[in-house]
Amino acid sequence: MSDIYSEILLDHYRLPRNKGKLFQETISVEGKNPLCGDEIVLHLKLDGERVSEVAFEGSGCAISMASASMLTEDLKGRTLSEVESRIDQFRHFIREGAEPEGESLNDMISLSGVAKLPVRVKCATLAWTTMEEALRQVAKK
Amino acid sequence: MLERDVRRDFPILNIKVNGKPLVYLDSAASSQKPNDVLQSYCRFCESRYANVHRGIHTLGEAATGDYEAARRTVAEFINAPELEGVIFTRGTTESINLVARSFGHKFIKHGQSIVLTPMEHHANLVPWQLVAKAVGAELRFIPLKEDGTLDISEARKLIDHTTALVSVTHVSNVLGTINPVGELVQLAHKVGAKILVDGAQSVPHMPVSLRELNPDFYAFSGHKMLGPTGIGVLYGRPEILADMDPFLTGGEMIREVYLDHATWNELPYKFEAGTPAIAEAIGLAEAVRYLTSIGMERIAQLDHLLTSQALNKLSREPDTKVYGPRTQHGAVVSFNVKGIHPHDLAGLLDREGIAIRAGHHCCQPLMRWLDVQATARASFYLYNVPEDVDALIEGLKVARKVLA
Ligand SMILES: Cc1ncc(COP(=O)(O)O)c(C=O)c1O
Repeated sequence: MSDIYSEILLDHYRLPRNKGKLFQETISVEGKNPLCGDEIVLHLKLDGERVSEVAFEGSGCAISMASASMLTEDLKGRTLSEVESRIDQFRHFIREGAEPEGESLNDMISLSGVAKLPVRVKCATLAWTTMEEALRQVAKK
Repeated sequence: MLERDVRRDFPILNIKVNGKPLVYLDSAASSQKPNDVLQSYCRFCESRYANVHRGIHTLGEAATGDYEAARRTVAEFINAPELEGVIFTRGTTESINLVARSFGHKFIKHGQSIVLTPMEHHANLVPWQLVAKAVGAELRFIPLKEDGTLDISEARKLIDHTTALVSVTHVSNVLGTINPVGELVQLAHKVGAKILVDGAQSVPHMPVSLRELNPDFYAFSGHKMLGPTGIGVLYGRPEILADMDPFLTGGEMIREVYLDHATWNELPYKFEAGTPAIAEAIGLAEAVRYLTSIGMERIAQLDHLLTSQALNKLSREPDTKVYGPRTQHGAVVSFNVKGIHPHDLAGLLDREGIAIRAGHHCCQPLMRWLDVQATARASFYLYNVPEDVDALIEGLKVARKVLA
């Protein structure tokens, strides 16, 4: 088994990026894994079609928290449609365990071992499904 | 320790997990299987297998004989008062659902109460929620005291003339609490209520005598007591079973069938619709023989020794909170380490070859009572040794270092 508790993952867990609230966020969306008790809130600030800032709050296992931290780093500055395709790319990656073609997944590569741990897939994808929900809510506005 | 090295009987204990020898501390979820059980299953399928209660041929007779012998073995093991009260099911969950469907919907009436506890496994909670909703009954919960034991003085008040059924776990799969089932049986019977006991965590670990306990229903699973999955037991008092409607219908449970109606087979077959888990029942009987050869008293002592060691050592670890009572404790120990999600604890221990359970253990209401999202849980069985407890404690130290 490749070790999921890699240094990169632990670094994001110990020193989460963009953890906290935003000043004047556009939207906040909550996500939960009731089965494991992971909880997160994503805060987004939009500048037109672009995510100008993203932060998260929450508690949960190292995988869910590190993944949220990585998400905030990765998605900041992207347009909504870029975010959407990035979510698809991440999903595919977590399912297959192999890095997809195209743009590098950077630190997220450290989550590749999760593909072999079906129980933990939900932890790794929590922030991303929450982001997807945020996109849905933005579209409705 | 046991006089005999039982570890040699369990082939899986020789495997390595992540390069480390396996330390299996998750028997409360499911136990490992000894050679005898694995072989009995194979032997039966290789030389005596056919469907039961049907074929008038040599194998059909052999299989039927073995299957019914398995029922007798299990009935003796739990000292059941009547053989026809011993029904093979898929496990505890199915056993309880059977009672909820066939007894609950028929005999629990509007305005009556069903008395449970907050420490029930979802399998002994959700079926009663559905019954209560369908018939308009009230769910009542015997409160827990601070140490995770039942408040029996409250139970005396809650179990009253409105009570149709009390349904409680014998041993909590999270807190390890051993409930005073004998007393609860008396309280229930005094007001004319029936009582079901969830024995999923007791039958594998301690001597259980239904003649002494005297419950109306008793449920347990084969896979937690060295047996195969897909087989379990419901004991029911025959006079109650006789008045209950069937649970599943179809083959085997039937006597006469006409185009527009049917009559039911005698007990226990009335509640064994379709082809049962034949080889699994034979495997379960072998598991019972294996447990009996060691002795349930001995197994209870060994569990107690390991559990006490774990409780003591864990409570001395920094930032570690241990749940449940300190005495009268079944073979499970639930705990949390401050700042570490139990899933990470389990994930990091797995790197060391140590298998524990982490999560809500199918007891979400109990997690709320403990005010936690989840707990880590180590559970013990006859193939565990004190070194396993030490490995757990060492593993925790490593985990704390990694995540600190
Ligand atoms: C107390 C208790 N009740 C019921 C069950 C359900 O057993 P099964 O999944 O074998 O039906 C379990 C198993 O986890 C249990 O520990």
